[in-house]
Amino acid sequence: MASPTPRLPIYLDHAATTPCDPRVVEAMLPYFTTKFGNPGSRNHQFGWDAEAGVETARAQVAKLLNCDEKEVIFTGGATEGNNLAIRGAALMYEKNPAGSGLTRGHIITCNIEHKAVLDPCKRLQKEGFEVTFLEPPRDGIVTADMVKAAMREDTILVTIMWANNEIGTINEIKKIGELCKGRDVIFHTDATQWVGKMPTDVYADNIDLLSFSGHKLYGPKGVGGLFVRRKKPRVRLTPLVDGGGQERGFRSGTLNVTGIVGLGKACEIAHQEMAADAVRLSRMRKRLEDTITSRLDTCAINGHREQRLPHITNISFGFVEGESLMMAIKEIACSSGSACTSASLEPSYVLKGIGVGDDLAHSSLRLSLGRWTTEEEIDYTAEKIIAAVNKLRALSPLYDMHKEGIDLSKVEWAHH
Amino acid sequence: MATEPIGQIGKDIHRSFGTLAIEPFGDLNMAYGPKIIDHYENPRNVGSFGTQAEIKQRKDVGVGLVGAPECGDVMQLQIKIDPATGKIADAKFKTFGCGSAIASSSLATEWLKGKSIDEAEAIKNTAIVEELALPPVKIHCSVLAEDAIHAAIEDYKKKNGIPTDAAEAAAKH
Repeated sequence: MASPTPRLPIYLDHAATTPCDPRVVEAMLPYFTTKFGNPGSRNHQFGWDAEAGVETARAQVAKLLNCDEKEVIFTGGATEGNNLAIRGAALMYEKNPAGSGLTRGHIITCNIEHKAVLDPCKRLQKEGFEVTFLEPPRDGIVTADMVKAAMREDTILVTIMWANNEIGTINEIKKIGELCKGRDVIFHTDATQWVGKMPTDVYADNIDLLSFSGHKLYGPKGVGGLFVRRKKPRVRLTPLVDGGGQERGFRSGTLNVTGIVGLGKACEIAHQEMAADAVRLSRMRKRLEDTITSRLDTCAINGHREQRLPHITNISFGFVEGESLMMAIKEIACSSGSACTSASLEPSYVLKGIGVGDDLAHSSLRLSLGRWTTEEEIDYTAEKIIAAVNKLRALSPLYDMHKEGIDLSKVEWAHH
Repeated sequence: MATEPIGQIGKDIHRSFGTLAIEPFGDLNMAYGPKIIDHYENPRNVGSFGTQAEIKQRKDVGVGLVGAPECGDVMQLQIKIDPATGKIADAKFKTFGCGSAIASSSLATEWLKGKSIDEAEAIKNTAIVEELALPPVKIHCSVLAEDAIHAAIEDYKKKNGIPTDAAEAAAKH
């Protein structure tokens, strides 16, 4: 049955960013104009109003994370939060000082983390720390056992993302936290894709540091939060930016009041609505996946099928090329597993990291649903993708060979 | 909670917020020129003169298979020679690759039809770049199409005992 055509283009890239909820924008507006004060101005009404807005937001964030308000630091986004947590903790808890010739400390992370975690770790590696990059298996899940096996006497920090941004898989955060707690190792999690989508309880989940950003949960861009545990243990960090000593010295700089107010409101809405959102989105995702996989052969859903976020799906289509696939579904805004807009054809390191071959990694789509995604959009998208893959397979010499029973891995290709 | 906008700027913010509408995207095809889009959306001469086993046997058909799946491009170009005239009577292609790769091979089949083998060999990738207005990052697609033409001619010559360029070059040494 044909569904009515929804308004085009369709946005299915919510793991990249989300639109601001109008309620968030509404909450922010006065802070641009009438309540524009600097919360650092302690001696007049404008400063007090701005400070009140920031503190309301801090309480809203704390409620979502189930922590104390004093444990919330506002940042410029998850990239900054990750850098501050990882670098700040490494420098604070180093076992040996720089230049001593000894290993400064051991850090455990994973090779399918976001670049905002991998790159700070690589920089620390250059500066004398040792880093273990765990390699998850095909299901993409980092387990506590994997972390345990990598633990050393001099391990100071473990940083593992809560849920993966490309495949949506959920790591064993609570167990990893427990493991770290037992060994007095600081545990940081990049929860950018998790917070506001799934229930978070930083104390029950044994987390010391947690970073996230506003724009993934229907808040504004350029603002994020970092949870820094204050008891058992009290986590300390070496700040990256020095100055006015705002945010308890962790993050100097005049507060982004409008952004912070928006982030707070987004957290408040998420706290009320995420459970219902998750049920609805996971039902729609199932509909999308079922339609596509039942009507196309040689397509695979990447990552663990159950242990993953409700709104992300990552599907590989055999025998079609990623860029032409994106071109054929240009009315649908989503992400490709291939970064082939540049001359260098680099397939997604996350898909490669879990053992998806280069050819399939290139022809993968990440579709991520959001608060305002409709069933009409899902049905239209499924039909569009099926038609596109069929069209491109009709053009594909590889699909012909596959159907004729030729093993493509045994063909001698003329590499160029 | 009612907000009290300051002056005209505040009023404008409220007005634009009240009528916030999502405008449809401008030109979704802006990354590619119209000729690439046309060949991509309506590719010419798609197909094969038989199964892989059949085209290997057919002496009137030359097959060029170039590229590799992990590089993101595979082109299969076939030419059918009319034995009476020695000219290319028909050409077909199948391509696994980006829009530019599909367009380059589609265009190549159009150009090949009716040409003699010598004329076909003279087709240069730069002509394809020019005709399709390929962006610099896609020039390799035209090179691949030229390679596919040469590979198809080579295959035809080999099947029919005609000395190939490669064989001639080897003989000179």
